[in-house]
Amino acid sequence: MDLSLLPDGGMRWLDASGPKSTVVLSTRIRLARNVRGIPFSQKAKDSDRTAVLERVSEAAASSEHLSAAVAFHLDEMERPERQLLHERHLVSKELAGLEREARPRPGAALLVQDQVGVMVNEEDHLRLHGMWSGFDLEDAYGAVEAVDADLGRLVPFAFHHEFGYLTSCPTNAGTGLRASVLIHLPGLVLTKEINKVLQGLSQVGLTFRGLYGEGSEVVGNFFQLSNQTTLGKTEDELIDHLGKIVRQVVEYEEQARDVLLRTAPEEVEDKTWRAYGLLKHARRLSFEETMNLLSGVRLGVGLNLLPGPGVYTLNKLLIYTQPAHLAALDGRSTGDRELPTVRAAFVRRLLEAESS
Amino acid sequence: MLCDNCKERDAIINLTQVEHDSKVTLHLCEQCAQQKGVETGGAVLKSPLGNFLGAVVKGTAPGALVPASGDGLRCPACGSSLRDFRDSGRLGCDQCYVSFDSHLRDLLRRLHGSSQHVGERYEAPGDGAAPDDPRSRLLELKAQLRRAVEGENFELAAELRDRIRVLE
Repeated sequence: MDLSLLPDGGMRWLDASGPKSTVVLSTRIRLARNVRGIPFSQKAKDSDRTAVLERVSEAAASSEHLSAAVAFHLDEMERPERQLLHERHLVSKELAGLEREARPRPGAALLVQDQVGVMVNEEDHLRLHGMWSGFDLEDAYGAVEAVDADLGRLVPFAFHHEFGYLTSCPTNAGTGLRASVLIHLPGLVLTKEINKVLQGLSQVGLTFRGLYGEGSEVVGNFFQLSNQTTLGKTEDELIDHLGKIVRQVVEYEEQARDVLLRTAPEEVEDKTWRAYGLLKHARRLSFEETMNLLSGVRLGVGLNLLPGPGVYTLNKLLIYTQPAHLAALDGRSTGDRELPTVRAAFVRRLLEAESS
Repeated sequence: MLCDNCKERDAIINLTQVEHDSKVTLHLCEQCAQQKGVETGGAVLKSPLGNFLGAVVKGTAPGALVPASGDGLRCPACGSSLRDFRDSGRLGCDQCYVSFDSHLRDLLRRLHGSSQHVGERYEAPGDGAAPDDPRSRLLELKAQLRRAVEGENFELAAELRDRIRVLE
């Protein structure tokens, strides 16, 4: 497998070109679909999975938006490579078989072309997804919807006149749509307003998760906000609602940053310069510490307290300091005890390159 | 400085309160501050978030929301029982939605507030080029009407009502 087959590593969203990209890192859309008449993954035999993959691959080849897609067959890939795809937010932990001793199951695959892709044989037969830079729900949804229409013309999807698109878990039935934004909220965390905001989300039908989606922890003040319900509202209504709330959260975050600047300007400046200093000079860095320091620097850049680095560099650091990426870069295993040293050296190199 | 309350641990929080028009500042340790209902940095990031995350995770076990009374029901297409769904939270196949129709309708209403899909309608390849079947069109219009009324968009509501009359 060669990730360089993907022109931008499947991560064009990293380039920070999208709206509000200092606060909102990325916007992700996914649609859950199943092939009519084939058992869902819970009940599917290996032959069912292979059949799903064959049908989806065939359809993709003659489709408009996935005809040049790169295919990754996860069951034929080594663990470090699968972990790379997961760290790039292209496949779920479940599909990549990364849970403890798990292995990817037969037929588990990822097709990617530009900014859209399909996970095949995940919890649902197809999980269409797209990831966009910044806060850009409309473009991301438009692109994924086009892939959906494309494939739905060639593969019969399971659909019910009352319940809509049928999914393995009823929490996704109806539209099958999960729209989410990855948002950086250090201001709300520092002013201790974050709990109010997060608890408010559940009252307006939204939910939040950590950096890697379902079940993952919140690190570096990054939160993934998404719609919780998928049925009883149109796709546009779900997206508009999320968009409205996210705009509000961004506003709260900006207000919190103003409060910080007004009430504790020196502390904030000190905190962000310290974070920058540690990243530039530390000799060993854990992944978690790196995330927290990057959060401090990102805040400083957003408030114009630091002259650099650029948001693109900060985004790259988020991805490339993860274990599998560092290990691949340096020819090591992901459990290598020297990884914190490699990480610190990598961070220094990238920051020096940017400031020179 | 020691905590004004327990006089044992170091004070890390200054709590300023106004009592009888005068300002009183208490120096408290983390534990005593929490007892007084003050959110401390550590607590904000650890426990309430943890509890909230826990609550979210609990909310994602939909199988548990289905009553055990229908446990014996089985989907003829894939052989899954409703019990299997209660245990795993996953359905066996698309026909399960028909086989467990009434149980799932209740569940979907509890999860989403509705069981009626009003989003894009899908027509599978080979299902013929027949336009939307009138029944589902009608359901969709009624859902739109309900939303228009909720949103106090009465002009749209009147138009939708007329279209529903024609179809009925």
